[in-house]
Amino acid sequence: MIPSPQKSGSRWTTRGVVHGVLLLAALYSVLPLIWLATSATKSVGDFSTTSAFEFADWNLWTNLGELFAKEGGVFLDWIRNSVLYAGVGAFLGALICTACGYAIAKLDFPGRRALFAVTLAGVLVPPTALALPLYLLASELHVVNTFWAVFIPLLTNPFGVYLARTFAEASVPDEVLEAARLDGAGELRTFFRISLPVMMPGFVTILLFQFVSIWNNFFLPLVMLTDPELFPMTLGIHQWGTRAPQFPDYNPLVITGSLLAVIPLIVAFVVLQRQWRSGLSAGSVK
Amino acid sequence: MTTTLTSPAAAPAAHPVARPRKPKRRKLSGIALAAPFALLLLGTVLVPVGYALYLSLFTDRLSGLGFDGFKQVFVGLDNFTTVLADPAFLDSVGHVAVYALVHIPLMFAGALIIALLLDSVAVRLRKIWSLAVFLPHAVPGVIAGLIWGYLYSPGIGPLNDILPTDPLGDAGVLPSIVNMATWQWMGYNMIIFYTALQSVPRDVLEAARADGAGPIRTALSIKVPMIRPTIFVALVFTTIGSLQLFTEPLVLRTFTGAVTSTWTPSLYIYEAAFVSNDYGRAAAASILLAVASALLSAVVMRLSARRSR
Repeated sequence: MIPSPQKSGSRWTTRGVVHGVLLLAALYSVLPLIWLATSATKSVGDFSTTSAFEFADWNLWTNLGELFAKEGGVFLDWIRNSVLYAGVGAFLGALICTACGYAIAKLDFPGRRALFAVTLAGVLVPPTALALPLYLLASELHVVNTFWAVFIPLLTNPFGVYLARTFAEASVPDEVLEAARLDGAGELRTFFRISLPVMMPGFVTILLFQFVSIWNNFFLPLVMLTDPELFPMTLGIHQWGTRAPQFPDYNPLVITGSLLAVIPLIVAFVVLQRQWRSGLSAGSVK
Repeated sequence: MTTTLTSPAAAPAAHPVARPRKPKRRKLSGIALAAPFALLLLGTVLVPVGYALYLSLFTDRLSGLGFDGFKQVFVGLDNFTTVLADPAFLDSVGHVAVYALVHIPLMFAGALIIALLLDSVAVRLRKIWSLAVFLPHAVPGVIAGLIWGYLYSPGIGPLNDILPTDPLGDAGVLPSIVNMATWQWMGYNMIIFYTALQSVPRDVLEAARADGAGPIRTALSIKVPMIRPTIFVALVFTTIGSLQLFTEPLVLRTFTGAVTSTWTPSLYIYEAAFVSNDYGRAAAASILLAVASALLSAVVMRLSARRSR
């Protein structure tokens, strides 16, 4: 299988093959997204009569207008909810994880080892297996179909704590902490003023990936929520999607809505490339 | 179980760090910083799991002649035996097993090959390639499901005409779902592998080249073994993720009747809880799923700890 070392004669063909494979992988990854973008510009009629990647009459503005007008503008609620669940949730969640990971790495307190052990076990509990128990508990507490029933469970990110601990160990020098202590700074103050800024790439990475996982989360809202005004975009779009086979008018709404749900994340990943790339590399060095 | 789970990952923590004696105030601060997460972990993981465990031991039965409505009856492990003997549940486990056995090698091979190509010397525009392949990870599962569902649909997407088998037919559904998941996760794992490859010491690679090893030889016998721990961690997460397969088949149900309402264990749980309203059975199935994925990931971690020694 393993070829003998090749000399420069085949270098150009090797280069061609390498770039050919990369091009195929890139096309496989991006073409469905391009399909989504072109389809969002089509009317119901053109959607089923024109071929997949071809543009038809420009109907995007009409589609957007209908999307935001449908069912009393409920789509706007879905955007707001997704932003609240994912934006506020990821910020708060990442802060909580970073604080806990930092405390486990750098501070001594009773139960520290036990907490880390349970956190690691928590990483292994699949969210889907957890959703039903959460629903059963929430229904016992009569908080099913509320904002908090979705918001609070999604704050919990055991893997974020694990990452934060790794980041804290790698980036916060003990000497700096000692110096701060000698200066009489309190531990909490030291965390917010010194350690958190040093751990910023890690914090941003945890924040970004938690944002993505909450934004993309589907099972928990599906289980918890019945009131459309509380839905995140994923659940709302799914609900419209289930109607599309019977009512083709929903197709452009589903597709245009999907495009709107995807764009913020793509923009975030492109803009924050430096942060998450460096964050991932720091996290993967163990 | 806890010890087997924690030992490999917790090993780096064991580096002895010389610390001076800590005043009491520092302990309190540690508790204050860790408490919010500890409370969340308690309230949204431990208590629900405990409650599900409790509920899985009961079932709702009509009491007496049925005039008093339903009553919770203690049934011991009956729910577990019911689930384990249910052909629908066993089928769902079979689907997920086949899915995982196809999806994981395929996706890992793709991710690893692309990562190795990007890491090789000859490539231009590395950032653009890696970003393009990573982008599907930014797409929510529901929306990935909808996009591919449309692409598979006859008359809408091109795939139905191109492919030899109907991607929405009985035989085509599993490969279709494998493809959806591979599309979403290949780029993510590629980035993880690529960043790990970047940290392989360059002088080791130089030495290999000086010894006359070609690029493929270097990749297979030096680079891949050196990032093996990273590959195993990714394997644990992919295994856990594969077991909970839910969104893609659920969305595909809108497009085809070939995906049953209990096609995967997660769908089975959903069906048991919200269609059959049998919370005891649903709770039992949830616990079985959680235990199975914890056991599987423990096995994978064990393997990785042994290999990397």
